[in-house]
Amino acid sequence: MLKIMEGSHAVAEAVRLCSPDVVSAYPITPQTHIVERLAEMVADGDLDSEYICVESEFSALSACIGASAAGSRVYSATSSQGLLLMTEAVFNVAGMRLPVVMSIANRAVGAPLSIWNDQQDSLALRDAGWLQVYGEDVQEMTDLHFIAYKVAEDHNILLPAMVCFDGFILSHTYEPVDIPTQEEVDAYLPAFDPFQKLDVTNPISMGMYATPEYYLEFRYENDQALTRAGDAIREAGHLFGEQFGRDYSTLTEGYRLEDAETVFVGLGSICGTVRESVDRMRETGRKVGLLKIRSFRPFPSDEVKAALSGAQQVAVLEKNISLGSAMKGAVGLEVSAAVGKTGPEVYSYVLGLGGRDITPADIAAVADAAEKGDGNRFYGLRTEVL
Amino acid sequence: MGLNIGCAAAPGQARDNKTGSWRVFKPEVDHEKCTKCGNCVMVCPETAVYLNDDAVVIDLDFCKGCGLCAEECPTDAITMNLEDK
Amino acid sequence: MVDKSLELFDCGHRACGGCGPALAARLILKGAGEKTIVVASTGCMEVFSTPYPETAWKVPWIHSVFENAAAVASGIEAALKKQGRTDEHVVCICGDGATFDIGMLCISGAFERGHDITYICYDNEAYMNTGIQRSGATPYDASTTTSPAGRESTGNSINKKDMPAILAAHGSPYVATASIAYPADLMQKVEKAVNTKGPCYIQVQCPCSTGWGFDGAKTIAMGKLAIETGLWVNFEMVNGKVVRSKKVVNRKPVEEYLRAQKRFRHLFRPEVNKEEVAKIQAIADANAEKFGIDVDITK
Repeated sequence: MLKIMEGSHAVAEAVRLCSPDVVSAYPITPQTHIVERLAEMVADGDLDSEYICVESEFSALSACIGASAAGSRVYSATSSQGLLLMTEAVFNVAGMRLPVVMSIANRAVGAPLSIWNDQQDSLALRDAGWLQVYGEDVQEMTDLHFIAYKVAEDHNILLPAMVCFDGFILSHTYEPVDIPTQEEVDAYLPAFDPFQKLDVTNPISMGMYATPEYYLEFRYENDQALTRAGDAIREAGHLFGEQFGRDYSTLTEGYRLEDAETVFVGLGSICGTVRESVDRMRETGRKVGLLKIRSFRPFPSDEVKAALSGAQQVAVLEKNISLGSAMKGAVGLEVSAAVGKTGPEVYSYVLGLGGRDITPADIAAVADAAEKGDGNRFYGLRTEVL
Repeated sequence: MGLNIGCAAAPGQARDNKTGSWRVFKPEVDHEKCTKCGNCVMVCPETAVYLNDDAVVIDLDFCKGCGLCAEECPTDAITMNLEDK
Repeated sequence: MVDKSLELFDCGHRACGGCGPALAARLILKGAGEKTIVVASTGCMEVFSTPYPETAWKVPWIHSVFENAAAVASGIEAALKKQGRTDEHVVCICGDGATFDIGMLCISGAFERGHDITYICYDNEAYMNTGIQRSGATPYDASTTTSPAGRESTGNSINKKDMPAILAAHGSPYVATASIAYPADLMQKVEKAVNTKGPCYIQVQCPCSTGWGFDGAKTIAMGKLAIETGLWVNFEMVNGKVVRSKKVVNRKPVEEYLRAQKRFRHLFRPEVNKEEVAKIQAIADANAEKFGIDVDITK
């Protein structure tokens, strides 16, 4: 059923439909509206979950660890400083192979403090072993929650998932969104069936420590599971398409790539701006296109390589900064590795950090720079304040 | 065999580790002096002392020779002796 | 009444011979029973009992990270509630470092929210697993590697944090201290705590022969001496009020306890540091007064 909803409320609806046993909530801008809406649902009896008002984000994820290990589906949400605070627990969840699903309303990280959007928070934790998917609009970010639970809980995967969406730009924006019914969701996502759990009738020890004889192999198994998750996301996305009419059977999405010479790569809402920019530039005869990356972890190297094989240069729009790194941006490094030596030139452009607006004019300017081979730098610096 | 997901395991395999090999001093029970009060059973950190039908038994596979049982025996029925190895 | 003859802590763990916390683990599980889910913090007990794939725990057990046992337990409790699993106990068993210091945030939150859990701190009075560093539970003047005695120092200069009072102030219905030197008392307090609704706290003194510097065979004797000098008091608080404390007949001077351990040895070399010993005696005297433990039968 189509409704006009604020992004965060659409996410809350999706979570409600997934029926988590336990929701552990700590407020942080710009995710707070999600946990507030969930609290209202619990208070009104519309969501039958144990709602824990934890004392920090670190505790939020820790409570999820306990509840998930005890055999319950769980949910939490965070951003920015909160995600960084729970870093220790973030790595821990993936290592313990617990299928926690957490929404990330992407926000810049301090210092300096900023409440506005960029993707530094989730990308800072790209190595932790979680699935990471990025939504371009409210509909996609909502749908990705159902898919995330399904893939996370798959006994062949058993990994936690971050569903990422740009803070304020998507979390606080009203868009029309189709919210499925409970029956539809139950048909797609069955009740949580834990692979193993804390159970007095069948005791196990979870989270033991690994000596050097075992540690490497545990990390290998994690990587294998995350790699397998690529196909699992495709399958779950395909099934979603068959059931709900919106297909997510690929980890990337191309737009006007067929004869594109310069291709933009982006994660999340920026892709909407880029589609508009691509159309405008095409009208002036420029052969440009967009490759949207929906799943950043696992990184879809095969899809990226194939999609970019015809391009001459790739302009990666980075709403992140990997300080001191070879290309400045985290995404460009992966795209570059995926296309390999025989692929197009890949350039990273760091822009839009801390919520700075990105316009079609900026996108066009980035294309100009890429075509001149001028990349791997910041874009749009206000030199007058430097 | 395969790795257990999430570094988990069922109980039982700790017993593969025979900590009795750590021992320097070995406890010996004088059953004449022993009143079967159960103190030694209670204080062993290794769960290596137990009361059979009629006697205190020390599981030498796991006894580390710490001497707590000897120390806490009210009738001094347990002595710790340097073990011949 | 739980069946205290059950052995739920297995042989083959890697604790030092004579380990106080190892005995504590065994006794705690006897008091809690089979229907117990244990949440552990990183520390001595976790490390010596769970090197993959050997685990000494015969009940369900989980370890996440160092400081979050109370938060993990909160999540387990909520899940059990939602699943209708009403007869399983959630018991945290954590060291003093994890409890007094790094875990304060999570414990405070869990106790304030009133989860039905039991939190047991096995107190060996320092970060023992990492090689004997000072924690908030380290007593005054104890020498540890981060509060060493030296030419300019007489050891740890900070008083032991009063965790029982802090958690009683959070509204805990049952707070107790115990010692492995009195096993029956410990087991009974654990049984009481797991059967009391709400967040309960037990702090168990577990003398550590390696960290305190004494022969492992004397672990229980050392625990008794701590109580006999008044430096450790076994008490129970119900709804914030002390209702019972273990009496001590003819309380011993602290010197006997201090001389027996390497961590206090510096107070006696080259001769007795009377000023510092007096300060420690004052701590014991204050404990005795506060909890009314003295029974003097010489009069």
